[in-house]
Amino acid sequence: MKYMLMMHSPGKGPYQIASWPQQDIARHIQFMRSFATKLGQAGELVGAEGLGGPDQARLVRAGGDGRPVTDGVFPESKEFLVGYWIVEVGSPERAFQIAAEASAAPGIGGKPLNMGIEVRQVMSAPPTDGP
Amino acid sequence: MPAPAALGPETQHLLRDLAPQVLGVIVRRYRDLAASEDAVQEALIAAAAQWPREGIPDSPRAWLVQVASRRIADHVRAEAARRHREQLVVSLVPADEQIALGADGAGANERDDTLDLLFMCCHPALSPASAIALTLRAVGGLTTAEIARAFLVPEATMGQRISRAKQTVDGARAGLALPAGAELGARLANVTHVLYLIFNEGYTSSSGTELVRTDLSGEALRLTRMLRRLVPDDAEVAGLLALMLLTDARRAARTGAAGEIIPLDQQDRTLWDREAIAEGVALVTETLPRRELGPYQLQAAVAAVHDEAATAAATDWPQILALYGVLLKMSDNPMVALNHAIATAMVDGPGAGLERLDALAGDPRLAGQHRVDAVRGHLLERAGDRAGAVAAYRRAAERTASVAERSYLLLQAARLADSGG
Repeated sequence: MKYMLMMHSPGKGPYQIASWPQQDIARHIQFMRSFATKLGQAGELVGAEGLGGPDQARLVRAGGDGRPVTDGVFPESKEFLVGYWIVEVGSPERAFQIAAEASAAPGIGGKPLNMGIEVRQVMSAPPTDGP
Repeated sequence: MPAPAALGPETQHLLRDLAPQVLGVIVRRYRDLAASEDAVQEALIAAAAQWPREGIPDSPRAWLVQVASRRIADHVRAEAARRHREQLVVSLVPADEQIALGADGAGANERDDTLDLLFMCCHPALSPASAIALTLRAVGGLTTAEIARAFLVPEATMGQRISRAKQTVDGARAGLALPAGAELGARLANVTHVLYLIFNEGYTSSSGTELVRTDLSGEALRLTRMLRRLVPDDAEVAGLLALMLLTDARRAARTGAAGEIIPLDQQDRTLWDREAIAEGVALVTETLPRRELGPYQLQAAVAAVHDEAATAAATDWPQILALYGVLLKMSDNPMVALNHAIATAMVDGPGAGLERLDALAGDPRLAGQHRVDAVRGHLLERAGDRAGAVAAYRRAAERTASVAERSYLLLQAARLADSGG
């Protein structure tokens, strides 16, 4: 079964990480890199992407003529999606375990961030033999 | 391209080199890229099965042409029969060519056929993404799966992109005659642009977490070498090859152990590939003074100046500034103007560079571009404006679409902030 693990960052301004000391940023980046490598080597990583910053995010709707009407920037949003992993695992417990590991990514002074990681199951194809 | 274990590397190499030539011959005869490609693929598969058993034929190219011709003739005949049933008597192929095609002669048109194929794959009616995919598939001989992996898209998506590109080319093609004169130059420019994009895609991967995707750069180099053999007198093709060699030479020094970006002035120059640099410099030296100047030659010349400096401090910046000055007059490219501003700062001081940068800031093509802020951060740091530099690096970090570059810019900002900004 596949799960999407979504990492959110507090909103209101630029990336939280941008104001950290250099050493802490480097440690955080190193953690994220080896986290992805480890999941890949374990054969559990399906995909992972980092997303662009919130000041480039736009909310789009179709206007009356079907053309895009865009809205943004959103400086007031409480939090925004920074990136996600999709993992394929044998049980929801394993997905939670991976999410907890990501949650404990090092922050300032190497202290675990314990950020919230949203875990959602990815819907799959129906079983081949229906009732 | 099939590559079973029984196929030695030499045979694999031979098949890859021959594939575009054979495809060029077949397309020229049958005027249908999609069907020709299928036929050539079948011929390659047949070769991969037969050659290890029976030995490589005396003329491998003629062998492949013959087998592919037979396959496509079968295909066309079946198609013709179908059409006949539908009361249509039009066939794509002249009747005398439908039966018993002789193997192609001693490669009289080899050069034209491959060139023609490149022109087709880099047809102006195609979007860059489609031209890149089609070129890698039809000329480079990469499998759809390999191309899909290199561009991080699902294989089905890449397959669709390639087959739509073939349809576009088959629909848009006006005759097969090789263009001549100014038309040839314009079509060549399309080809060099596509090869340049493939190289860049490999060198500074535009998405994902890996900075360098070696395979694409290597493939672009291989194809550009091939193009240079086809048009040895074209100075811009030579310039492009030199630019790729001189840029690729720095690859090993360009990233650290953890994949982080190392800027040019901090690279370990002992890691640079001296052989590639020598080849690139020789190309530049040979081409620059003799022929008409073009953007690739000038960029190659800039790369050569960097590569020939024993240390970053020994870089001949006045020469680089002069080269960018010529380039700026030649093309109205904002990225060239940005590099010109950097060179200005290195020669006349950061203040002069920042003035140039301010003059550029209004260019709508640079609006929202992270590169402007990255350069500004660099120049402000050199000017001693630490707070300004931190802010500019952070702005650039928020705007870049590359994870590796974002990490680099965030670390630059943090390094300065830590040091008391």
